[in-house]
Amino acid sequence: MPADRPERASSAIEGGVGEARPHESAELHVSGEAIYTDDIPLPAGTLHAAIGLSERAHARLLKLDLDAVQGAPGVVTVLTATDIPGENNHGPVVHDDPIFATGEVEYAGQSLFAVLADSANAARRAARLARVECQDLDPVLDARTALARESFVLPTRRLARGDAAAAIASAPRCLQGSLSVGGQEHFYLEGQVAAALPGEDCTMQVWCSTQHPSEVQRLVAHCLGWSSKDVVVQCRRMGGGFGGKETQPALLACIAALGAKKTGRPVKLRLDRDADFLVTGKRHPFALDYDVGFDDDGLIRGARLVLASNCGRSVDLSDAVNGRALFHADNCYFLPDVAIVSHRCKTHQPSHTAFRGFGGPQGMMLIECVVDDIARTLGRDPLEIRRRNFYGTDSRNVTPYGMTVEDNVIGRIVDELAARADYAGRRQTVAEFNASGGLLRRGIALTPVKFGISFTSTHLNQAGALLHVYTDGSILLNHGGTEMGQGLHTKVAQVVAEELQVDLRRIRCTATDTSKVPNTSATAASASSDLNGKAAQAAAQTIRRRLAEFAAAKYGVPAEAVLFRAGRVRAGEAADLAFEELVMQAYHARVPLSATGFYATPKIGYDPQTLTGRPFFYFCYGAAVSEVVVDTLTGESKLLRVDILHDVGCSLNPAIDLGQVEGGFLQGVGWLTSEELVWDERGRLLTHAPSTYKIPAVSDWPAVFNVELAPWSRNREDTIYRSKAVGEPPLMLAMSVFHAIRDAIAAAAGGGVPRLDAPATPERILAAIEELRGRNDPGRAA
Amino acid sequence: MDGNGTIRFLLDGEVHAVADCSPTTTVLDYLRERLGRTGTKEGCAEGDCGACTVVLAELAGAGIRYRAVNACIKFLPTLDGKALVTVESLRGADGALHPAQRAMVECHGSQCGFCTPGFVMSLFALYQSDRRPGDEAIRQALSGNLCRCTGYRPILAAARRMYEYPEVKACERELREQLAAIRVTRELRLDGPGGSYVAPVTVAGLAAALAERPSATILAGGTDVGLWVTKHQRDLPDIIYLGNASELSTVATANGALEIGATVSLTDAFAALLAEYPELGEIARRFASPPICNAGTLCGNVANGSPIGDSMPALICLGARVVLRNAAGTRELPLEDFYLDYMKQDLRPGEFLQSVCVPRARPGLLLRSYKIGKRYDQDISAVCGAFAIELADGHVAAARVAFGGMAATPRRATGCERALAGAAWNAAGIAPAIAALASDFTPITDLRATRGYRARVAANLLHRMLAETAERAVAASVWTHAR
Repeated sequence: MPADRPERASSAIEGGVGEARPHESAELHVSGEAIYTDDIPLPAGTLHAAIGLSERAHARLLKLDLDAVQGAPGVVTVLTATDIPGENNHGPVVHDDPIFATGEVEYAGQSLFAVLADSANAARRAARLARVECQDLDPVLDARTALARESFVLPTRRLARGDAAAAIASAPRCLQGSLSVGGQEHFYLEGQVAAALPGEDCTMQVWCSTQHPSEVQRLVAHCLGWSSKDVVVQCRRMGGGFGGKETQPALLACIAALGAKKTGRPVKLRLDRDADFLVTGKRHPFALDYDVGFDDDGLIRGARLVLASNCGRSVDLSDAVNGRALFHADNCYFLPDVAIVSHRCKTHQPSHTAFRGFGGPQGMMLIECVVDDIARTLGRDPLEIRRRNFYGTDSRNVTPYGMTVEDNVIGRIVDELAARADYAGRRQTVAEFNASGGLLRRGIALTPVKFGISFTSTHLNQAGALLHVYTDGSILLNHGGTEMGQGLHTKVAQVVAEELQVDLRRIRCTATDTSKVPNTSATAASASSDLNGKAAQAAAQTIRRRLAEFAAAKYGVPAEAVLFRAGRVRAGEAADLAFEELVMQAYHARVPLSATGFYATPKIGYDPQTLTGRPFFYFCYGAAVSEVVVDTLTGESKLLRVDILHDVGCSLNPAIDLGQVEGGFLQGVGWLTSEELVWDERGRLLTHAPSTYKIPAVSDWPAVFNVELAPWSRNREDTIYRSKAVGEPPLMLAMSVFHAIRDAIAAAAGGGVPRLDAPATPERILAAIEELRGRNDPGRAA
Repeated sequence: MDGNGTIRFLLDGEVHAVADCSPTTTVLDYLRERLGRTGTKEGCAEGDCGACTVVLAELAGAGIRYRAVNACIKFLPTLDGKALVTVESLRGADGALHPAQRAMVECHGSQCGFCTPGFVMSLFALYQSDRRPGDEAIRQALSGNLCRCTGYRPILAAARRMYEYPEVKACERELREQLAAIRVTRELRLDGPGGSYVAPVTVAGLAAALAERPSATILAGGTDVGLWVTKHQRDLPDIIYLGNASELSTVATANGALEIGATVSLTDAFAALLAEYPELGEIARRFASPPICNAGTLCGNVANGSPIGDSMPALICLGARVVLRNAAGTRELPLEDFYLDYMKQDLRPGEFLQSVCVPRARPGLLLRSYKIGKRYDQDISAVCGAFAIELADGHVAAARVAFGGMAATPRRATGCERALAGAAWNAAGIAPAIAALASDFTPITDLRATRGYRARVAANLLHRMLAETAERAVAASVWTHAR
């Protein structure tokens, strides 16, 4: 069966591949009828749990006195480490995340115990009554301090090609710089939530807002001392995930299940927003340093890049996050001689975790600053320097990790975008505006994105699907991916509609369920439509093949002459019948109408020891031009206009893909501008609610925007209908805003290289303007 | 069950009579837990994300006023006499989606869908109150709803699209009659294990209730008190609600001043203030989201006395006075004298803030109020500065300067004011006033800003004021910057 577009006949059916269909749940969303985990009606007698949190970032636990908790109104029981029949762990990779801390606490917000009560309010009130005696220990709260103290969760990794030091030393020019990039709270609108219902004979039904039901299943089973067959985890939808529900929900599910096992009653655990902020990990903050050698035209000769991440207290996904940071420290640029160092620092913060981009954005931030700094040092347009260093198509096309970039379209994207957005003309206009004086300065920047698709843990690149066709011709689809708003179920159902040539409305995609498709990978790494789309396609093709063979035999035509089109099936000239008629006939002929599908991404694989090989099946590309205005008195900034050209291959659903591009972009803007996590000197998070932690709001979307999917793009690899992944890459388009702000800062200070950390809050912008003015004119009072 | 101890409100045409709830039960919890109406979501329980947005309908003159509020911090008894509209209410009798809902579907305005009911309700409130909103009105209407998925573009598109469909009109006559039938005319009194709640309908009744229980919590809009319950899990055993005392709900003009009553919402108070002082447009726009401004009151902001309350710097500059009332009578104070120390106001036992009097506009007054935060919409100020300057021959004839976020209370910058008096209104002239600011305030470092930034920006805001009002005025704010 060809996997390319020739088979497509979307116009013949409603909701085939490539059609801009609304999200499958859109009508349920707008009417309030969509059911999220917290909305599921639970039996009478359901208990509500709350977690008792450590107020200390680092301390030795001496005594945990829960008498007052136990005696509080409405409380049924408390749970501590001694109530765990199995393993006291919710760590996904390394078993270093206790469900309830014992011995030592390692972050403020760490779970110490849980309380079960007859209402959520009673449980939360009671949880505050614990008397915790502990001996404070010195907390480590940032990557640089951790580095100085050699505090790591994992060993440092290094990747080198050629002799970076020699190349830098022999280059006509060199430059050093540093940058800190802050973390980011996921701020899914639906907070973490799980519920557990004990069943007969040592079984447990779990509902959980999770991107990774299989892992929740495994960890719940392990903490109960059971095996995976005893636990069913379901998730119909999440109210946002963004990586924050990849490993984090397991803690809640484990506690709910432990409570359900102990009491024999259903238990629900929903974190309120403040607890959610305090308990769960964030995007990894990074401390970044570079040393680069280049020529007078800005061509990079050699680079040494040091990426030190703040991993928080445990390993979680930090190995893979830092691996991806390392694999994206090149972004779109060829680095001939290069050394990349990746430090994985241990701090006394929640274990930082997956977040859209998964280390990639932090790696890219460094190299984008390198090229921008080179341009500003040389007094050139940064876009010129960026272009000069782009990967080539025939030469200069091998990444530091040894993978040849075969699908490079960044040049075309940037050329088209620069023309469409009139980058050159507007750069001139911005310069004129800035030359006219006043208190405001504008800045403009174009930044590119190249993002590798595939889990870097190669074994995760697999997926399964389960497809039932009922005798009335309706179709029930289940696959291993989870729906968090990204439209995965819509896209996968469109694939099935396309394959079977039936209208989309015939197909229902059901809740992700560990008892339907086993051993699934997290819905992550942008790859879920690639993986689950292919798996569902395989299942649909199996059904189609069986139906075609049945029709061929029944009507006496070759199987190839059986055509599925527009809800009908034609068997040569012998028969032309509705899909459901054929299905009914097949049923009577005892043809199996249920099939599984499976997919494993081809071609990929690399050596985790040397970090070389082909970690990615292909790359996604995109670029953005942003223009900002900055207030030189206050540091306030405003995004005025954005132009984006992004590559999603042949889109499975352009409306959904556009939504991912726009939403990812603005989420990235938040990360780099207004979203500031502030911890106090004792390691307590001060920004733990939307009143203090500011994600973008409606006025942050610019008045002028032109967002387009590259219409000519087609994945050169055999992906599902030649589409490309879209979840993560657009987030990094927001680097254009950060660099536009740098551009405005430079203008405000009369040129030079700004020193600006992320997020670029008004305070940091004002400080950067004044610092650069001070460097440009040392005589001037700061 | 229809007596003083029963809350009555309308929901989908039916009167709900509730007599058995704790007074601090939130509308959100009531909807989700008691009624099983789970379309309304909890995103933050502090009125900052909008996932819980519902609409209240009330009689207003001959018509009905629809306003979005946050169900998560609204106590159920405050619904008494009102109609509640939730996302489940909007489908037509034939099951058709409301234009706000349909537009959200067709514009791809939902992704994860969790914020969507809240957006739909804000759009519904806009639909009911404005037939031709411009882009800025749309953004303002949505400024209290956070979406983490879409980037807002498709939601902005939906806000325009919903007007392109055939208009859907609520059946107002019937609703008016129903609202009239449950109009609040008696003092609601709830007394139960969850605490007591009294909602007098007259000012005298309020004063008497407070005299009886001087330590009771005074509740108006509840945009702060609500958080004491939802965020701090505080018990409020004794609540006196101002909202039903209709005498407090007016903006009166008398003696050259606007007298803004204690229960006038921020929305209505700013509308009245902007008619006098259009220069306060930015602070009014950025003060808070519509759901907060619809519930919260200006007097509540003033009475609460937070050092980062954004109304007070401008009000102090304008010479506003507070009218305090207890059973013994009323007294008046200049607003700045009302603030004694951090969250400590000059309130005597049994006293409540009855109104704020703001002098009417006078020609020649240069007025500005600036808010500095990390985000344009719905943020808390790092610094909020206000300046009221009168010039004569290019020199400062009179100056009042006040700041929020710079001290334990909203405060005048007296040294700065002294230095401005008589100074030339130019860069050199204001230099001593800027220097004086350094001794007027010793700001603190907190999660919003460092002390250094606060001090620097406070000074720079005076520069901005000058730049905007100098003879050759220049645009000095990114928010008003025209492309």
